[in-house]
Amino acid sequence: MTSYVLRKLLRLGLVLLVVAAASFLLMNLLPGDVALALLGNEATPEAVAQVRAELGLDQPLLMRYLHWLGGFLCGDLGRSYITQVPVMESILDRLPVTIELMLLSQGLALLIAVPTGVLCAYKAGSRIDQLANAVGLFLLAAPVFILAILLMFLFALKLRWLPSTGYVPFMTDPVRNLAHLALPALAIALAEWPSLFAVLRGDMIKTLQQDYIALAKAKGLGPAFILFRHALRPSSFTLVTLSGLQIAATIAGALVVETIFGLPGIGRMLTGAVYNRDMMLVQGCVAVISVGYVLINFGVDLIYALLDPRVRQ
Amino acid sequence: MMDAGLPLLEVTDLATHFHTQRGLLRAVDGVSFSVRRGQTLGIVGESGSGKSALARTIIRILSKRHTTTTGRITFEGRDLLTVSEPDMRDIRGRDIAMVFQDPTSSLNPVKQVGVQIEEVLARHLGLRGRAAQTRAIELLTSVGMPLPQERLHQYPHQLSGGMRQRVAIAIALACEPKLLIADEPTTALDVTIQAQILDLLHRRQKAHHMAMILISHDLGVVAGYTDTVAVMYAGQIVEQASTRSLFRNCRMPYTAALMRSAPNLSDPPHTRLRAITGRPPDMVLPPPGCRFEPRCDDATDICRNRRPALSASDADGTHRYACWHPVASPGASA
Ligand SMILES: Nc1ncnc2c1ncn2[C@@H]1O[C@H](COP(=O)(O)OP(=O)(O)OP(=O)(O)O)[C@@H](O)[C@H]1O
Ligand code: SF4
Ligand SMILES: [Mg+2]
Repeated sequence: MTSYVLRKLLRLGLVLLVVAAASFLLMNLLPGDVALALLGNEATPEAVAQVRAELGLDQPLLMRYLHWLGGFLCGDLGRSYITQVPVMESILDRLPVTIELMLLSQGLALLIAVPTGVLCAYKAGSRIDQLANAVGLFLLAAPVFILAILLMFLFALKLRWLPSTGYVPFMTDPVRNLAHLALPALAIALAEWPSLFAVLRGDMIKTLQQDYIALAKAKGLGPAFILFRHALRPSSFTLVTLSGLQIAATIAGALVVETIFGLPGIGRMLTGAVYNRDMMLVQGCVAVISVGYVLINFGVDLIYALLDPRVRQ
Repeated sequence: MMDAGLPLLEVTDLATHFHTQRGLLRAVDGVSFSVRRGQTLGIVGESGSGKSALARTIIRILSKRHTTTTGRITFEGRDLLTVSEPDMRDIRGRDIAMVFQDPTSSLNPVKQVGVQIEEVLARHLGLRGRAAQTRAIELLTSVGMPLPQERLHQYPHQLSGGMRQRVAIAIALACEPKLLIADEPTTALDVTIQAQILDLLHRRQKAHHMAMILISHDLGVVAGYTDTVAVMYAGQIVEQASTRSLFRNCRMPYTAALMRSAPNLSDPPHTRLRAITGRPPDMVLPPPGCRFEPRCDDATDICRNRRPALSASDADGTHRYACWHPVASPGASA
């Protein structure tokens, strides 16, 4: 197990370096001159050259990369060209919102998907299974913004149980924080549930045909014990993989939901930065999001090892 | 107590039909036999003859949604087909245990060996913690597992095939069952390990005066370890007798063909084995008469049209066969 983790850690380090290089290059190879963008098209060549020098844009690409990488490794992502606020500061401001939304929505999605997937695999072909599959198909077809608007309409505007927009930090008031995040998290969870459900149900049906399940029955064990203590773990590999992908996708992809519910997350900040050509901010966001992807992948690898002793070797 | 009174298990006219897309698949079709305490019944037949389906029907672990079972399975005076599911769960693993064909697939790959043994102890004997662990080590020792203590924390993939099957046997014997169903327990193992495992089962059986159903496709395996044998073909029993009588005096052409296809120690070296030609019938649409008819050298019109019933071949009625033209018995007995 230890050597498995060490190997994965080593790989993690290498991938992070590649990611840093890629996000830097991506931004610097894109067309468009930041100095021009800052000064407008009327600017004189001298003024442009001066701004470029101030921003260090006249340096060779390699120098700029090494400079940026040095900062990246120390957690310094430079300053926004436009607002002059350190990029790391802006990101740290927004990151908790995104991470909380991500964890809440994925936790909720799994909380619904695991019992329903297990039950429907056990009762495959029954009424309840057919119903769940129909609901899944419906949710799969509905775009997340429709779900978000429906939920907001129902729970915030009609029933008035939950606030419709806005955000309160967890540290300020945990209850109000959760109240603000409940609907966005539910919207994302409902959109993600169908695929998690389908994947788990399918793998579980295959597992239930295995001989070791027959042996578990032959031992006199009851159905709940067999489903959750014998069948669930070997059936959850695809589920874990998919869940990792979904979490990764919410870092940047929660944009729509963040916008509808007025949540100050990374997704919204990134779009704003792209519109404003705020290169440093975009580059920083991309780097942080990429690091997030890589870390999630690392986490998924660790979970594989926890799930299956054969992976650990 | 020995052999007195009723048999431990009596199966009467048992049928198991799988609902498949093509229609009803008659995996077990009118099977009757009985097993007494302390005795071993061998069930022999080719692949697909319904041996596993029969075994799984007896302990009722087939999906109810996809199978229909009819007939009677009387175990200690109760009909297993009518007891409630919770009662049946108490019987499984405690009174009737099963060993499966392939220990690689029948042990849970993600659970430690110790846990897999201990959970059956917890389920039926209420043993937990230290007590369960001590008992698990005892069990592993009794099935000849080297270093039993260390095994508890190993996973199945860390053991050899033979050791895995020993674990499976330890699980089956954990609650000292009255009946053990061993479904081809050695088919997936090396030849050298096979005899060890069969000897182990035999010794444990004698030690606990346990009844056993030993399923195999190999007459040779059955010969050495059983008291009676039932030969199964296409979901039916086609011949059944004491092991001694069957090997001396088989009457049904299918049994005879099986014997010819089994290697025999008395054969001169390099004797060609005679494989049975053709394949077993489609069990969705079995032949109307004798099911062996398409492959039988002795078949006539009556074989094609009418199904032969099991009839007695000897005076006390313990040797029975289903055939219109039985093979001549060499002893030409009474
Ligand atoms: N769950 C199932 N659904 C449908 N058909 C099945 C199922 N299980 C078994 N069968 C069919 O029932 C018949 C008997 O199968 P069974 O596994 O009992 O044979 P077997 O004698 O144990 O063979 P083997 O020696 O290969 O283990 C076969 O035709 C098989 O295809
Ligand atoms: S009944 Fe006929 S076909 Fe069947 S085994 Fe006997 S001789 Fe062969
Ligand atoms: Mg079988």
